Amino acid sequence: MTLLTILFDGVAYGMLLFVLACGLAVTLGLMNFVNLAHGAFAMAGGYVCAVLVNQAGWPFLAALPLAFLASAVIGAVLERLLYRHLYARSHLDQVLFSVGLVFMSVAAVDYIMGSSRVFMQLPEALQGQIDLFGVGIGRYRLMIIVICGLLTVGLQLTLAKTRFGSRLRAAVDDPRVASGLGINVPQVFALTFAFGCGLAGFGGALSAEILGLDPYFPLKFMIYFLIVVTVGGSSSITGPFLASLLLGIGDVAGKYYLPKLGPFVIYTIMIVILIWRPNGLFGRTAAR
Amino acid sequence: MRIGRRTLLQAACVALAGAAPIAVAHAEDTVKIGLIVPMTSGQASTGKQIDNAVKLYMKQHGDTVAGKKIEVILKDDAAVPDNTKRLAQELIVNDKVNVIAGFGITPAALAAAPLATQAKVPEVVMAAGTSIITERSPYIVRTSFTLPQSSTVIGDWAAKNGIKKVVTLTSDYAPGNDALKAFKEHFIAGGGQIVEEVKVPLANPDFAPFLQRAKDAKPDAMFVFVPAGQGGNFMKQFAERGLDKSGIKVIGPGDVMDDDLLNSMGDAAIGVVTAHIYSAAHPSELNKQFVEAYKKDYGQRPGFMAVGGYDGIHLIYEALKKTGGKADGDSLIAAMKGMAWESPRGPISIDPETRDIVQNVYIRKVEKVDGELYNVEFDKVDAVKDPGKTKK
Amino acid sequence: MTMSTPPEIVGFHARRTARWHWAEFAFWTVLIGCGLLFPSRYLIMTEIVRLGLFALSLDLILGYAGIVSLGHAAFFGVGAYSAGLLALHGIVGEPVLALLVAGLAAAVLGFATSFLVIRGVDLTRLMVTLGIALLLEALAERFSDITGGTDGLQGIVMQPLLGLFEFDIFGKVGFWYTVAVLFVLFLLARRVVHSPFGLSLRAIRNNPLRASAVGIPVNARLVAIYTFAAFYAGIAGALFTQTTQLASLDVFSFERSADLILVLVLGGTGYLYGGLIGALVFKLLQETFSILTPQYWLFWIGLVLVVIVMIGRERLHRWVLFLPRSIARAVRSGKTAAGGAE
Repeated sequence: MTLLTILFDGVAYGMLLFVLACGLAVTLGLMNFVNLAHGAFAMAGGYVCAVLVNQAGWPFLAALPLAFLASAVIGAVLERLLYRHLYARSHLDQVLFSVGLVFMSVAAVDYIMGSSRVFMQLPEALQGQIDLFGVGIGRYRLMIIVICGLLTVGLQLTLAKTRFGSRLRAAVDDPRVASGLGINVPQVFALTFAFGCGLAGFGGALSAEILGLDPYFPLKFMIYFLIVVTVGGSSSITGPFLASLLLGIGDVAGKYYLPKLGPFVIYTIMIVILIWRPNGLFGRTAAR
Repeated sequence: MRIGRRTLLQAACVALAGAAPIAVAHAEDTVKIGLIVPMTSGQASTGKQIDNAVKLYMKQHGDTVAGKKIEVILKDDAAVPDNTKRLAQELIVNDKVNVIAGFGITPAALAAAPLATQAKVPEVVMAAGTSIITERSPYIVRTSFTLPQSSTVIGDWAAKNGIKKVVTLTSDYAPGNDALKAFKEHFIAGGGQIVEEVKVPLANPDFAPFLQRAKDAKPDAMFVFVPAGQGGNFMKQFAERGLDKSGIKVIGPGDVMDDDLLNSMGDAAIGVVTAHIYSAAHPSELNKQFVEAYKKDYGQRPGFMAVGGYDGIHLIYEALKKTGGKADGDSLIAAMKGMAWESPRGPISIDPETRDIVQNVYIRKVEKVDGELYNVEFDKVDAVKDPGKTKK
Repeated sequence: MTMSTPPEIVGFHARRTARWHWAEFAFWTVLIGCGLLFPSRYLIMTEIVRLGLFALSLDLILGYAGIVSLGHAAFFGVGAYSAGLLALHGIVGEPVLALLVAGLAAAVLGFATSFLVIRGVDLTRLMVTLGIALLLEALAERFSDITGGTDGLQGIVMQPLLGLFEFDIFGKVGFWYTVAVLFVLFLLARRVVHSPFGLSLRAIRNNPLRASAVGIPVNARLVAIYTFAAFYAGIAGALFTQTTQLASLDVFSFERSADLILVLVLGGTGYLYGGLIGALVFKLLQETFSILTPQYWLFWIGLVLVVIVMIGRERLHRWVLFLPRSIARAVRSGKTAAGGAE
């Protein structure tokens, strides 16, 4: 039964990583922009949610959408002001720029919110564990799985079925032809970028309870986001999704069964996969 | 290539402009204290508490003592030992500081130890809690605590209070191992049994798998040491796993129930028993004043790191008073040895032989007082010397 | 022009571009001058020089062969721990010898991992190199009985350099030692990148497919330069341990690798001095800001990075070099006027 609990925890952890990282998959894979500041947007969402819940007394579930909104707005503003000038720049410039942004966000949040960890006051209904056929199921983690599962299905449908989805795919496949067809490519990119940031903010708010929220969040979890995106490949959202699950389960199971070699398991898996499939599990084999 | 070579000129200009030493006139009547703490990185809250407490003390007691003006130079080492060492070295060599103080983590304190010896500059350790630190240089004094102090006390308490089987969960670094060793010795000697030892890596985002392991071992209690700052996360996940309702108690040295986070941990923390040197709820007049002043200036409760800083600067002040303003290392250290005073945490003194702190260790239980969570003291062991050394 | 065999022509071109520019002499003179002028700042200068050497190592693979790495700290760390263990257990007491051994240890690791790294595209390389560094960090933590774990190696005592110079508290010996090592390694690197081998690397960086079409053994060359760069990084790491007498887990840390990229990109890639200049600028910024505000210096560094990218490094170079260039121009035109056409 412990095995199932571990599996459950791993899935919840993985789902969380997916919501946090899938915005990065979009910017990196689709728009070809190395945005290492992705975690900063997650942190922004987390802090917005924490302030609303702890200081303004909002219920947790009502604050979650606002976390999304806040990060999306910040993302949209920064995209218009800064990011869009750098799409054509080299990757190294983008790294320099986005790391600079991370540094600024870390120090700014430290200044405004202090350097201690922040916790959210959760509603009673989300605390504790329920016992399902002898398997311990954390309520909060269950909620994460449900929300993130719905979100993933929604994302997949949006990309595959809606008009916006097909525009995005067209804009990514060949921006020149797409704009020739009358698609406003910069607008599509801006919207996508903002949406990705919003998702990160949403994930940041959800993860505060499990990963802990402090000003160093963007630096601490940058590596995890990158692993998700590279291992998953960035041509679809299925890849990062499965990679997140793999990473989540691998991490949790590794720590349970081999507590001393926990981090070892993850990095080994990552290296092996990348050697075997340099473009990620579901990456396109040929470069664009 | 062309740009490259020309850029060398740029480098030359910047080098000349930037490397110029900052000329510091070393006045005879100032005593300089180099305060090296982590102000950035994951340990930042430690550094901030110490810095706050030092500022508070100087505000309350003025910046002149025994005719000397005290000047504190704050440096951020980001909890990286080689930074600590460089900063300490520069403070000693360039700024001619009389005392170096602070030190958020054990490796940082150890890195500076040879410098203290070589330059004969007292090193006042205000946070790091591994036993061996004071043995590394005859110029080191400590005003924080050592982990064996609190861990042995909780080990004895647990054995006497009906706890038979314990799972330990400790961070895998020197203070964690110190805590584990001290607890184990005393708990087993008292007739207890350790059913499982789990060591978690220091940088660790998710306790869940480790907690699951501990839960599966079905102990009476869990002995927990995680560094200040991680305790909140631990308690959250402890509750999430339903461990708070399973009858498994949490015991440990007080780091896990650090005052600056305690109140945000939620009701899961109620009933946790820890042994520690300081609680913001310590019922003394001095402490009430200290907590109030600290809250007023910084908007939060002081934790044990703040007290370490507060007592550290107090020790330096008192030593200067005793030497009549003589600020050389040997006189200061001699004055510090055996010094005893009433701190917000209770009566403390500096052991003249080991230069380590001797203090009461209190056993506390988390309770709700006026709607806020506090570590309420209900028992104490008087004047505990560092057990990590007394054995030798 | 007589018909030469291709390697000779290549060698000729290589040597022609390898002539020393007067600004290079100026650079080294200034470096040594700094050492003589600011004896109270040896420590920070040692750190800058060491970081410069480390960045030079990254430049060898990034600037000359186009291999991006986010895990260069792996070699730095291996060098650091090797030097530390050698000194701690008294296996090789003499620092210079230990330095070489540590460098070789890193080179062996570089050679072994190069085969993993040369596969794949940029992003894959980033993550594989990062993964290797993190693996080593996890290993060092796991085998804490050898490495000291999170607490690091304790009690390293260095023997005098060449049996003559004791490492002092002011960092004087450490500084000159580091500068000497940097200079020797710099000369070697300069020789290598201006050799036909170096030119072939640049061909690979610009277009691997075309390079292999003209008969350059692409993979073998990449393995060679990667190993070579690992040697450099190992030396930088060993210097770190020898001059600070410390080695802890953070030598492998992600932050170290990431800072390194910032340093190199700041200084510019592909001309060897980029790393040295970047190290200087980065450390001075860090030092200045952390004196001004020990708590929030990170913000200002971040702001500088963002502004630099937004303005664009090319434009920035033009601005910074406006004065020196106009002086150089004035000097040159003066010369031409005096001595006629040169």
